[in-house]
Amino acid sequence: MNTKDNIHQDISYQADERGYYGDFGGAFIPEMLYPNVEELRSQYIEVMQEPSFQKEFHALLKDYVGRPTPLYYAERFSKKYNAKIYLKREDLCHTGAHKVNNTIGQILMAKRLGKNRIIAETGAGQHGVATATVCALMGLECIVYMGAIDIQRQAPNVARMKMLGAEVRPALSGSKTLKDATNEAIRDWINNPVNTHYIIGSVVGPHPYPDMVARFQSVISEETKKQLHEVEGRENPDYVVACVGGGSNAAGLFYHYLDQNEVGIIAVEAAGKGIDTGESAATSALGKEGIIHGSKTLLMQTSDGQITEPYSISAGLDYPGVGPMHAHLFRSGRGEFISITDQQAMQAGLELSKLEGIIPAIETSHALAIFEERKFSPEDVIIINLSGRGDKDLNTYIDYFNL
Amino acid sequence: MNRILSKLKEDKKLLSLYFTAGYPSINDTMDILQQLQDSGVDMVEIGLPFSDPLADGPTIQESSTIALKNGMTTETLFNQLKDVRKTIDIPLILMGYFNPMLQYGVEKFCAKCQEIGIDGIIMPDLPLAEYEADYKDIFEKYGLINVFLITPQTSDERIRQIDNASNGFIYMVSSASTTGATSGFDNTQSTYFERISNMHLTHPQVIGFGINNASTFKVATTYAKGAIIGSAFIKHITTYGAQSVRKFVETIR
Ligand SMILES: Cc1ncc(COP(=O)(O)O)c(C=O)c1O
Repeated sequence: MNTKDNIHQDISYQADERGYYGDFGGAFIPEMLYPNVEELRSQYIEVMQEPSFQKEFHALLKDYVGRPTPLYYAERFSKKYNAKIYLKREDLCHTGAHKVNNTIGQILMAKRLGKNRIIAETGAGQHGVATATVCALMGLECIVYMGAIDIQRQAPNVARMKMLGAEVRPALSGSKTLKDATNEAIRDWINNPVNTHYIIGSVVGPHPYPDMVARFQSVISEETKKQLHEVEGRENPDYVVACVGGGSNAAGLFYHYLDQNEVGIIAVEAAGKGIDTGESAATSALGKEGIIHGSKTLLMQTSDGQITEPYSISAGLDYPGVGPMHAHLFRSGRGEFISITDQQAMQAGLELSKLEGIIPAIETSHALAIFEERKFSPEDVIIINLSGRGDKDLNTYIDYFNL
Repeated sequence: MNRILSKLKEDKKLLSLYFTAGYPSINDTMDILQQLQDSGVDMVEIGLPFSDPLADGPTIQESSTIALKNGMTTETLFNQLKDVRKTIDIPLILMGYFNPMLQYGVEKFCAKCQEIGIDGIIMPDLPLAEYEADYKDIFEKYGLINVFLITPQTSDERIRQIDNASNGFIYMVSSASTTGATSGFDNTQSTYFERISNMHLTHPQVIGFGINNASTFKVATTYAKGAIIGSAFIKHITTYGAQSVRKFVETIR
């Protein structure tokens, strides 16, 4: 289906008062978390709009993170796939992925809320590193929950977090991946309700997290619009493309294009070994409406409502849910959802390395692989979010290809 | 009258026990319920296991995992409880997480509860706002009492709000923690218990989380109408087996 053929003028893609995007969102949290979440909910917009907050946020993004990140025309990659492909270079952010846009925002939020202890969950370790980094920067205590399996497959990031002074606590329950790390972080927050801020790493969780994280990440599309205008004379590309784990890099790239119906939105999920193999993380294809981590969204689950263990070679996409904004983009038809297997992603990662000299994170490689699944016309201007660099994944690439 | 309401009217302190349905074995549910009633327990929370129990500590997490491995489902539990009211007359509350209920269908779930003779529901992750906006009418249509939680961090204003929205009792979580904390009670708890007690709420309070023996039960029921024991009971069953319910209850009172 070509999303550009659909007109959705009267639908809002922003969260409403109760944190709903259409049918999805809300705050399904135990009462123990209510004071924390309510404190955040009642203040986040006001805090984010304070001139002093904006000033500090943008100064750090510029001088510390290295923004704006380039919008790079990938000439050889474009030639290969016969379209005009631009890469938004979030891999060049300090710490190597888009995750830091959010952690900078949230650490400033935490400080204004008077919190001195920070917790986070992490899958690929990029969000954990980005959180450990801003905690070091601000001198705050940092505890990162990470699935025991992810600790193994993302060892370099574990080492980085430790060097930055964070404590990495293994999540040993369930599939020992991102979902379980998130459960542990939420339990920690229940046990530490006063001094702790939970820096969620994606556009997931109870309201106001999905909206807050999307706003922090929206700097990606804010820059993209200006940059594209400079090179192409137009702000709007034909398509924006991003991989979706929880959906934060995608939310960032889509944000300022949500209401521009001429811009096609393509979200790329991890099919794992294939959608029908039982080893997949393609939530839009396999999920039904349900509740995970405080949010009503699309969720991979059994007919009895038990959450299913997902699978992807990419730790950052190995999540059985998706942020409520994306669930809404899917259900409303505004977004086109494509799923990419481990194998397709790994090939695309290798290909970008050879064609452009950029080694992408395996998460990002899923977005780069869409040309295997979908045809574009030669005039199409396509922006792909290069959400992170592949250093953390070298071992996986090397083992996979026997390099 | 709803059995919870009649029980709350009795002039005694209530002992309520929680267990995970399907643990230790899939078919223990009715047997455990019978023993609980025979041992003089006043009320029971039957735990519907969930894969991702966010508000629970390791003990209930583990019993839930095993119960699910044993094959427990919402449908199975309802089947096991089909004739429960032929033998059990103490109040029964289903406690679980909202997603399995949502998948079963909220209305279908509530109708089934009424048909079986379930008196109330505790869904920690179905908070006041979501409940009132979308589900309250359904719960009430089927005569179910919905139990809300409060914690030491809950503001007076919100406690009043929850008191107003309640139709049975208020579940007072004893400390800022997941289930199964074993540190006992200290000044923080007595200050909190006293604060709530002095608010003279419309609905009685039952204290849960961290009640694990006779002494914590006694302290809790000095301030509140009753107390709920979960993790400590599950640990007992794990050690002494599903036939040892009376032995546990006798250590409490
Ligand atoms: C480089 C990179 N891209 C994408 C993701 C997926 O997260 P999200 O969907 O929130 O962007 C991650 C998560 O760890 C990541 O590290």
